[in-house]
Amino acid sequence: MKILVCISNVPDTTSKINFTEGDTQFDTNGVQFVINPNDEFGLTRAMWFKEKQGATVHVVTVGGQQTEPTIRKALAIGADEAIRVNAEPTDGFFVAQQLAEVVKSGDYDLVIAGRESIDYNGGMVPGILATLLDMNFVNTCIGLEIDGDTATAVREIDGGKETISTSLPLVIGGQKGLVEESDLRIPNMRGIMMARKKALNVVEPVDAVQPTQDQKFEKPAAKGPVKLVDAGNVGELVELLHNEAKVI
Amino acid sequence: MSVLVYTESLKGKFKKNTFEVASYAHKVAQNLGTTVTAVSFNAEDDASLGTYGVSKVLKVSDDSLATFNAKAYASVLEQAAKAEDAKVIILSSSADSKFLAPILTAKLAAGYVPNVVAAPESTSPFVVKRTAFSNKGFAMTEISADIKIIGVSNNAFGVVENNVSAAVEDFSPSLGDDAFTTKSVEVDRVAGKVTIADADIVVSGGRGLKGPENWGMIEELADVLGAATACSKPVSDMGWRPHSEHVGQTGKPVASNLYIAIGISGAIQHLAGINASKVKVVINNDPEAPFFKAADYGIVGDAFEVVPELIEKLKEFKAQNA
Repeated sequence: MKILVCISNVPDTTSKINFTEGDTQFDTNGVQFVINPNDEFGLTRAMWFKEKQGATVHVVTVGGQQTEPTIRKALAIGADEAIRVNAEPTDGFFVAQQLAEVVKSGDYDLVIAGRESIDYNGGMVPGILATLLDMNFVNTCIGLEIDGDTATAVREIDGGKETISTSLPLVIGGQKGLVEESDLRIPNMRGIMMARKKALNVVEPVDAVQPTQDQKFEKPAAKGPVKLVDAGNVGELVELLHNEAKVI
Repeated sequence: MSVLVYTESLKGKFKKNTFEVASYAHKVAQNLGTTVTAVSFNAEDDASLGTYGVSKVLKVSDDSLATFNAKAYASVLEQAAKAEDAKVIILSSSADSKFLAPILTAKLAAGYVPNVVAAPESTSPFVVKRTAFSNKGFAMTEISADIKIIGVSNNAFGVVENNVSAAVEDFSPSLGDDAFTTKSVEVDRVAGKVTIADADIVVSGGRGLKGPENWGMIEELADVLGAATACSKPVSDMGWRPHSEHVGQTGKPVASNLYIAIGISGAIQHLAGINASKVKVVINNDPEAPFFKAADYGIVGDAFEVVPELIEKLKEFKAQNA
């Protein structure tokens, strides 16, 4: 089985978000970039398929040269090869088209992406990719077993979960649950050394449409001070929620 | 040229988010000088959509669509969009909507923007405001494709009544076997509980509750308020509560009217996830907890004393206002 894990290079979850260039760009100043958490759960599940079922695991990202440390980390965790499509990932449809080229030329059976990146939150790349290539697709995937060409996937639904039976080739939009937080791996020194020798192939983007453009960003409005209620007077909170906030 | 709406229903009954997306669609249709057409799947009370501004319902009655199937539903919507020559398609932020929207986007070569929080800023060019950076910011996004697909964020636009008379027409899409290459084997829904996605009120517990055995009072509080229960990331990582309750940047976003955080310090990732909630209450014994900076109301105190007291006061309040 040949697996491609799609990786997005995103600000660490603790990052404070600021904008620059007249609020038209995300301010990367002082921001630490990491593997998108939803993708990292998928990468870790892919490592399981590699170790238990002999799968080959490649990772891909669409991004400039500055994304290479993030993709090297995926290699250090254990992916066999990496591909970087040399383009800015400014639109989900654009990214999906770039990935479609990579999937076609690499003949992958399983593509694991995250359900969304935690920066631009488009949540569309895996679904568009699957549809462009006529592959099966399961979103918000929290469990995946592969047996030959058959796949059993569990997806999270509002208020529960659904078990889905499908077949390879398959694309999933994964999230926590594919593996547990405690299963995530920190690269060790041997992994980091080996990653330096692994192939990181840079390919140029293909022509692609870009149906959306972010024009301007803004931060949420500043919040007023909290109204404190004395712990001995809990009834006042009920009063405020009813009469002032009007939410109960 | 109508504005098309994907309506979600469960066992024939429309979900609340359906009325919100219909209300949103009515606003867009007004701006564009057109009308709203909804697509319903095995729903019972199609004409009720008229209350929210839907002029026409394409009613799909098909046993093979009894359980949600993203590919098949997307194919139905694609056919409906073509039949109606729809240039704008509105859906919700539910798990199902977010599953089928990208498929539909690819089929129609459309431009899709999810998590939209307000009516379009303008329709020419078509610009919408959406959340970005996991609720730490907003983006103004232009959709330049001919067909636009908008995912409306929960509780952002609200349900607005615009009484029109809805004409219900049967719609029979053609679906081949290739629409059903993913099959639902089992659906496991927690019965009788309010889901975080649908909840007006969410009661959430953190590490300050010391252990899963102390969740009884969280559930009781939620019960009194008709609320959903949720938890912080450490709580789900430690296995005290299921992952499905984890709210925050890597868990579920919450956009409820009222969010009550108990024993949650307020890590930046958690605050991002609940930022879209309208009113936030924090109960924590540490006055320095970051959550107090993000909350509207707060009580500095021991959750094990404050929460039972709050439950009592709410019961009294409910009794008086019943």
